[in-house]
Amino acid sequence: MSGSDYAIDVTGVTKRFGDKTVVNAIDLRVRRGEIYGFLGPNGSGKTTFIRMLCGLLTPDAGTGTCLGYDVRAQQAEIKRHVGYMTQKFSYYEDLSIRENLDFIARLYDVPDRRAAVQHSLERLGLVNRSHQLAGELSGGWKQRVALAACLIHQPQLLLLDEPTAGVDPKARREFWDEIHRLAADGLTVLITTHYMDEAERCHRLAYLAYGNLLAHGTLVEVLASARLTTWTVTGPDLLALADSLRGRDGVEQVVAFGMTLHVSGRDAAKLDAAVAAVRSPRHEWRKTASSLEDVFIGLMDQAKDNFA
Amino acid sequence: MSARRFTFHRLWAMVLKEFIQMKRDRVTFGMMVGIPLMQLMLFGFAINSDPKHLPTAIRAADQGPFARTLVAALRTSGYFTLVKEASTEAEARQLLQLGEVQFVINIPEDFSRRLLRGEKPTVLIEADASDPSATGPAVSALRAIADHVFDRDLTGPLAPLRAKAGPVDFQLHAHYNPENITQYNVVPGLMGVVLTMTMVVITALAITRERERGTMENLLATPVRPFEVMVGKILPYIAVGYIQVTLILLAARFIFGVPMVGNLVLLYAVSLLFIAANLAVGITFSTLAKNQLQAVQMAFFFFLPSILLSGFMFPFRGMPEWAQWVGSVLPNTHFLRIVRGILLKGNGLAEITPELWPLLAFLVVAMTIGVKRYRQTLD
Ligand SMILES: Nc1ncnc2c1ncn2[C@@H]1O[C@H](COP(=O)(O)OP(=O)(O)O)[C@@H](O)[C@H]1O
Ligand SMILES: [Mg+2]
Repeated sequence: MSGSDYAIDVTGVTKRFGDKTVVNAIDLRVRRGEIYGFLGPNGSGKTTFIRMLCGLLTPDAGTGTCLGYDVRAQQAEIKRHVGYMTQKFSYYEDLSIRENLDFIARLYDVPDRRAAVQHSLERLGLVNRSHQLAGELSGGWKQRVALAACLIHQPQLLLLDEPTAGVDPKARREFWDEIHRLAADGLTVLITTHYMDEAERCHRLAYLAYGNLLAHGTLVEVLASARLTTWTVTGPDLLALADSLRGRDGVEQVVAFGMTLHVSGRDAAKLDAAVAAVRSPRHEWRKTASSLEDVFIGLMDQAKDNFA
Repeated sequence: MSARRFTFHRLWAMVLKEFIQMKRDRVTFGMMVGIPLMQLMLFGFAINSDPKHLPTAIRAADQGPFARTLVAALRTSGYFTLVKEASTEAEARQLLQLGEVQFVINIPEDFSRRLLRGEKPTVLIEADASDPSATGPAVSALRAIADHVFDRDLTGPLAPLRAKAGPVDFQLHAHYNPENITQYNVVPGLMGVVLTMTMVVITALAITRERERGTMENLLATPVRPFEVMVGKILPYIAVGYIQVTLILLAARFIFGVPMVGNLVLLYAVSLLFIAANLAVGITFSTLAKNQLQAVQMAFFFFLPSILLSGFMFPFRGMPEWAQWVGSVLPNTHFLRIVRGILLKGNGLAEITPELWPLLAFLVVAMTIGVKRYRQTLD
């Protein structure tokens, strides 16, 4: 294995289905031991990109390495050292938890298999349920089984595709604690999610829309690179206020978040002028730091104009 | 690197997994036991037809003009095609045993002499009657030939020899199934049909099911190799195949009273090749099919010729040449001959070897296509 600092280091990765470019010339570098968040709307190519990393799809263009192995030529080696958790639960529903883990452990020829299976059941709190069929489990438990299964061969890189979709908040938090423990032990994790709070727990982020990588870096870098100014409004008749704001020069996005309205734009002076024109004492106006969500909504709107 | 090569532990992982899944899937397992029993009842009846050009050997001790006339008459009847001349009884027997001929016609030494004396010489026809629907019509044709074969030779002073009952006597000696009981032929044949039907369908679903349930994505992400997946899915069903073989043999013996002359151990041993060949076809279909429905359709398209062109439904030699050609590619055709050969004729390994090679070739080709077609990516 190469002594490279990067667990993932790819350039120009492209995938087309028919004449549709689903992943468009993406460059990505993920350092070893890092938790890397992958965000973007549905259909933006996250799953497709991950599948190319672990050898399930062949890129139409692009080169690079995964754990030092060539993503095009050394797919068999990559598979041995990567743990991939699919978006949809893809273990055998008619096998028990233990049988599923045992099967995967055999496929990877895990040394001291019995102990490894037992250990992974214990680590993820599955011992009492180990004889339950996987098909009978709820979303949160299925997610634990899947995580246990993709860790059993002690991979160096984890690729997690929307692991927390449909999982309750408590289970989500426990899941993330586990991910951080694993990363602390040196595992590299690439994880896709739609949750902003999860995105904020990643060391680095990338935002994908329509196959294009629109932003990447640490949370602070991503926020700063967007150069977005945001006003937060509370008060009555927010819907009517939103209508009167939309279309004004400098107002690029108006988004309702529960009882508040976020009004954002990249040109701070124009935005301030637009706000001044509609501002009244009925509402409370505050200039706030843009949230990750504001930034991503902005990126998505721009992407829609540029690519869709 | 071991990641690239076949390993036994990955194969074993697949086998264990398939066994557990099979154990949990009661409905399918029940069907695999139920189908043989149902088919045994359905196919208790046979379908007759009128096969012609049956390969025939002649053993002529008398080469005189009358003997030649008789042989010519047999040939023009359309039922008999002379393919061999046998000089000894043992040689004639051998030809029947190997299935190279359906009939041996024995013309005795004193044929012409006794004919001229009006003594009604006897011509012995030995028939391989293990498939009665093949021999029946030809035997009826013989009776008609006997009456008029010498009408042109026996003229003038010899005319009185054209007696009403005919100048010669044909004596039929039916080997292997002397009573012409159709079930004796159908029930052993059913073994191949049942195995073809269930084995192909069950494995045709094997990989498409993984794909439809989404488990394929996971399997592909592990180091498991195509060959390991396929063989791992085939091995457990060989056991099921043997359960079916046993069920049919028991029914054949105790319900239909089929005689079992040959070595059952040999039959069990060679069944392995046939079962594996069918499972390989199924698994190959399952790599080609997009979904489970397509897989079942493909299995059905394989099943039809296996039942119609193998010699199970219609006598093999009665089929047009193209159909015989298609038939001889199908595993069931050869297995049918093996089973009938062993059970009814008491054939040993030497006699059935010619039928084993086509089975083996079929298995290798099917498996190769399957492994080549198995997609290692989701592309
Ligand atoms: N095998 C495939 N064949 C054709 N189109 C596909 C295939 N897989 C994905 N796509 C399309 O590619 C796009 C990106 O899909 P995906 O990678 O699943 O996005 P995401 O995971 O970000 O939601 C979608 O429009 C999807 O319909
Ligand atoms: Mg996805």
